[in-house]
Amino acid sequence: MFGTTLLLALRSIARHKLRSFLTTLGIIIGVAAVVTMVTLGRATTAQVQKNISSLGTNILQIRPGQGFGRGGGGPPPAPFKPEDVTAIAQQIAGVTAVAPQAQASATAIYEGANWQTTINGTTNAYFEVQAWPLTSGRYWTPQEESAGRAVCIIGSTVRQNLWRGGEAVGTRFRIGSISCDVIGVLSTRGQAGFGGDQDDVVIMPIKTVQRRFTGNRDIRLMLVGVDQAYSTSTVQAGITDLLRERRNITAGKDDDFNIFDTKQISDTLTSTTQLLTRIVTAVAAISLIVGGIGIMNIMLVSVTERTREIGIRLAIGAVAREVLTQFLVEAVALSMLGGLIGLLLAQAAVGLLSVLGDLPFLFVPEINIIAFAISAIIGVVFGYFPARRAAALNPIDALRHE
Amino acid sequence: MVARAGGAAVPGRAVASVASKPPPLPAGDPLIRLRGITKTYGEGATAFQALKGIDLDIHARDFIAVMGASGSGKSTTMNILGCLDVPSGGEFLFRGHHVEALDRDQRALLRRKYLGFVFQGFNLLARTTALENVELPLLYRGDSKQARREASMAALDKVGLAKWWDHTPAELSGGQQQRVAIARAIVTQPDVLLADEPTGNLDSERSVEIMELLSDLNANSGITVLMVTHEPDMAAFAHTVVHFKDGLVERIEANHRAGEPVA
Repeated sequence: MFGTTLLLALRSIARHKLRSFLTTLGIIIGVAAVVTMVTLGRATTAQVQKNISSLGTNILQIRPGQGFGRGGGGPPPAPFKPEDVTAIAQQIAGVTAVAPQAQASATAIYEGANWQTTINGTTNAYFEVQAWPLTSGRYWTPQEESAGRAVCIIGSTVRQNLWRGGEAVGTRFRIGSISCDVIGVLSTRGQAGFGGDQDDVVIMPIKTVQRRFTGNRDIRLMLVGVDQAYSTSTVQAGITDLLRERRNITAGKDDDFNIFDTKQISDTLTSTTQLLTRIVTAVAAISLIVGGIGIMNIMLVSVTERTREIGIRLAIGAVAREVLTQFLVEAVALSMLGGLIGLLLAQAAVGLLSVLGDLPFLFVPEINIIAFAISAIIGVVFGYFPARRAAALNPIDALRHE
Repeated sequence: MVARAGGAAVPGRAVASVASKPPPLPAGDPLIRLRGITKTYGEGATAFQALKGIDLDIHARDFIAVMGASGSGKSTTMNILGCLDVPSGGEFLFRGHHVEALDRDQRALLRRKYLGFVFQGFNLLARTTALENVELPLLYRGDSKQARREASMAALDKVGLAKWWDHTPAELSGGQQQRVAIARAIVTQPDVLLADEPTGNLDSERSVEIMELLSDLNANSGITVLMVTHEPDMAAFAHTVVHFKDGLVERIEANHRAGEPVA
């Protein structure tokens, strides 16, 4: 019985191809919009999280100054001292390691090739905080670190440009005014979240950089690794209190340093993209409902237009339920067909937009299933009223209908 | 009502099982018996009595033409006989069972199993092939695809349109369309064929062809034919002519010439 009804419905849809297509257009667009928006929202969130996590997760970045909008005027805030690094590492619970950084830039030269790169002076704690392994070679020893020896760990971009992919560990090259032994090569990290090549770097003990390049003991950036078991905000508060005390900031005055919590930024950006996704999805969902109304509209027209057909069916012995089922199945088949086309369209749209927007291509099964189910439900809900109208027709009047 | 519903066979229920063939009628009993059938439209002061008490017996294999001016009650009677409408009063026995009080769906099932309809305007589904049109009643019976196809082709063959099976109504002449409609009416092998002015839209040559087809079905397939017509030429094909006037049966004529075998 159901197979027959489905057959009748599909025949009827096939008889009016253009009208069927136009009827389902609302559903097609609605489903495509919902699926595209949710999928792109997911992709954007994933991208944001990936960008942020490329800065390192559970890492606090501490800089002198008042953050992004540092106020003008006044003397520049004092840099940090090596003692601040030790104090944070020793006194704050939940801190796994603290890596100071002193940065400079210089030209590196090896066998006639030269390359402008960034020098990053730090301690072995840096590799721990960043969770950045070597592909070959070794880290420097504590002796080399405290003695400020000219030992270098190079990023893969530098190796690519100066050693042309050849063996770098064990060789010696010039950087700025000094020559430096390559003791290790870092694994490739790729682009940083906000531009810049993380692998275009030469890392040396901080003392070496301070003595040979910057000429002072200033530390302009500290990276603090936070234990997963501790909340970064608690650790952040502890560091703030400690640094205020160490920098003699009296109560009521603003901090002259800022702590940048990658996790907090990540959470903020994630919740923002999620909110935007929800709003856009809600708008798209409204178009689904409009699509449902479109189906109801056309089904009502269809019932009126096919009154004689209904009369014929009733006369040859269709019971009311069969006529109702026929029109209901027709509406559901239409909207499910629209849903299916919408899903296909959505995959194409997601593919195109993720290429244009440089986002990862995602397939989110649950939203596809949900959107398809909603299209079926819309068919039932908006198809029921016209179908009931058809089933309630009096065969004599229906046959007489012009 | 209750006593009747508890009778040996409730038609509504009985017709639900399409597979079982109904028992043959006792010899001499009419297939259809109308007694004091009335039909009133509207209520109170505006009430209009379309039928004022129709008594009519129709026997199996009868070929009856129904004539009368418009408003005489013939269409109302045909609607009641076709189980498309219910009488306001009186008794309607079909195969010895009371059917005057059946509900909508029971009447639909009765039509599905025992009745076939042919209309003046053909009433075929547009953009649907002749074969699919003829298959339609079988779809509602739930026949298999194979059975539908065979029965429908057989019915089309009977009306002489087997080779036109894949044509849509728009591609067929009026006479051919009416033949398809007749094939659709007889594909379920009904007891009774109800034809409402079947030749009303056709020229006289096509009309005669259709009447000959109906006579043939009546004589050779044992189908009882009830036909409304305005044209005495067409009524001449029937065995019996029932004249309606003012909501009553005015007179019943036996047509002896029509009893002879159709050439």
